Amino acid sequence: MDAALTLAARDGETTPAPALDAPLEIRGLTVSYGEKPAVFSVDAAFPAGTLTAIIGPNGAGKSTLLKAALGIVPRLSGEVRSFGRPLAQARDRLAYVPQRASVDWDFPTTVEDVVLMGLYPRLGLVGRLTGRHRAQAAECLERVGMAGFRTRQIGQLSGGQQQRVFLARALAQDAALYLLDEPLAGVDAATERAIIAVLQDLRAEGRAVVCVHHDLATVRRYFDRVLLLNVSKVAEGPVAEAFTPETLHATYGGRLATAHIDQLNIAG
Amino acid sequence: MELLAALTLGAGYNAALVAVGATLLGIAAGTVGSFLFLRKRALVSDAVAHATLPGVGLAFLAMVALGGDGRSLPGLLAGAGVTAGLGLLAVEWMTRRSRLAEDAAIGAVLSVFFGAGVVLLTVIQSLGAGRPAGLEGFLLGSTAGMLFEDALVIALGGALALAATWALRRPMTLVAFDPDYAAANGYDVRRIDLAMMGLATAVTVVGLKVVGLVLIVALLIIPGVTARFWTERSDRLVAIAGAVGGVSGYLGAALSASAPALPTGPLIVLVAAALFAVSLLFAPARGLAAALIRHRRFQTRVHRRQGLLAVARAEPIHDRFTLRVLGAEGLLRPDGVPTEAGRAQAAKIARDERRWEIARQIHQDAGLTGRYDGLTPIEQVFTPDEITAFDAALGGPRAVEG
Repeated sequence: MDAALTLAARDGETTPAPALDAPLEIRGLTVSYGEKPAVFSVDAAFPAGTLTAIIGPNGAGKSTLLKAALGIVPRLSGEVRSFGRPLAQARDRLAYVPQRASVDWDFPTTVEDVVLMGLYPRLGLVGRLTGRHRAQAAECLERVGMAGFRTRQIGQLSGGQQQRVFLARALAQDAALYLLDEPLAGVDAATERAIIAVLQDLRAEGRAVVCVHHDLATVRRYFDRVLLLNVSKVAEGPVAEAFTPETLHATYGGRLATAHIDQLNIAG
Repeated sequence: MELLAALTLGAGYNAALVAVGATLLGIAAGTVGSFLFLRKRALVSDAVAHATLPGVGLAFLAMVALGGDGRSLPGLLAGAGVTAGLGLLAVEWMTRRSRLAEDAAIGAVLSVFFGAGVVLLTVIQSLGAGRPAGLEGFLLGSTAGMLFEDALVIALGGALALAATWALRRPMTLVAFDPDYAAANGYDVRRIDLAMMGLATAVTVVGLKVVGLVLIVALLIIPGVTARFWTERSDRLVAIAGAVGGVSGYLGAALSASAPALPTGPLIVLVAAALFAVSLLFAPARGLAAALIRHRRFQTRVHRRQGLLAVARAEPIHDRFTLRVLGAEGLLRPDGVPTEAGRAQAAKIARDERRWEIARQIHQDAGLTGRYDGLTPIEQVFTPDEITAFDAALGGPRAVEG
């Protein structure tokens, strides 16, 4: 076994071992729907105090990677550890923001009720919701600029407002690791600024933030680390090192014109 | 009067038992069923209900084989519960393990189990063993010979189902609204779904005697759907559904006791359906009448504004509805000429239109201009000083020629 480890360490392709208690560490993660892998043998680590974008073309397995890391979809192989422990023992330290389109917004619930859902895991089955919890929810809504919308039915919100409510629910969990699936997809410019400001605050507080992201033009401006994914991992690391014309070309293939890639890297 | 006597539980011992039992059953079914509705899995309960029938037959045979007459209600319900549970697991397993959609799995399980049950009952009738008369009452419910113990079974089962539903209300709500988020937080979505369906199964089994397996799905689903018209919050929806179920059970039982030979189960379902129909039509926010009124009001506002803009531009108005709206407000004379008030209103509308143009230039990304629909009065969106700023950019008001 030692020999294998040494070999792996010499192999330039493998990721150097991250700090032992990284907020999220994935080893050899493979997910398959049928017999075609959606995510193949991905190693990745997401350190505390960083804001990481997972990028890649459609169908590259970005959302699936997050869902498998969280155990929402079953993994075929691989290991997921959070803060040095198996995922099941670290659930109380992580918060997930699903894609907005994944729920029915006509569901009979209000903005405040959705945010309070973020406290359910801590309340357990019989814990009582008190004024303290409501104050906490109000604070989270304040952070995303939705203080005045507490009693609205969620279907009456704009897309950007719905995304903010989802973020507020995650904030209520007061987690150390935030995993967001396309939080900026289809939101207005003001919401995009508001969400990024909150995420950057979380990073400044030493938390780890991971976003599935689709807009290559804003990667340099918003994020400090990237994971480029196209079923397998193409590159991972600080934006300056991993977000290059070569890695982008390797990720997107012919789908991105070379001229466009050059522009992205200069624009940053 | 018979109905009044029945309503006050004064129509005899049996009628009172049935009324109490039906009320409790309705409360339990409405409460549990509203979670099925929220999870959009209402029809699974129909498969589960039909899967009770072979269990009834098998339990009868087992009890006769053991030397009884096969009529013990707890025994028959236990058998019903076993095959209902098997039916539920079959639907769940097929949906998860094969590429079949849930509706197909429901159809398959429902018909196979029900068919098996009908065959079993037919065979039992021809055997001549035990006392099988009345087994077919489980199809549509039969309350004629209801005993105190029967009512006790319903009360106990319903109360247990209610307590379990209360304990699981948060996980079930979370899974119904956002299963991925629930899974990410460590909730076992499959087990919570199974627990929810298990509760529905329990209510179904308990309700076989009163409502019957064919109609119990109505008592599970209609209260939740009815409650949806009255609230935008899931916790209130569940409570209202419980109330609707309870009232349906009580009124249905009373109605059936008020005249001879009126079946209890179908009447309960009809009362629930009547409550649903009233809600569908007349609920304040989501009812059809309210929607119609809202639409009419909106249409009126659109026509009023377009008509006044036409007046401001001195264009002729041809639309009959527009003419009627402006005429009714005294803004337009019957011959189509604007009145003094009409010209004033037109000037105000035209001016607000120009103010909005300025507002959109000034507040490009404040999010406020997003509220511009041309119908919300500008005074509700901007403060007086902001409007003054727009006016400064506009110049003075212009009169409208009549």
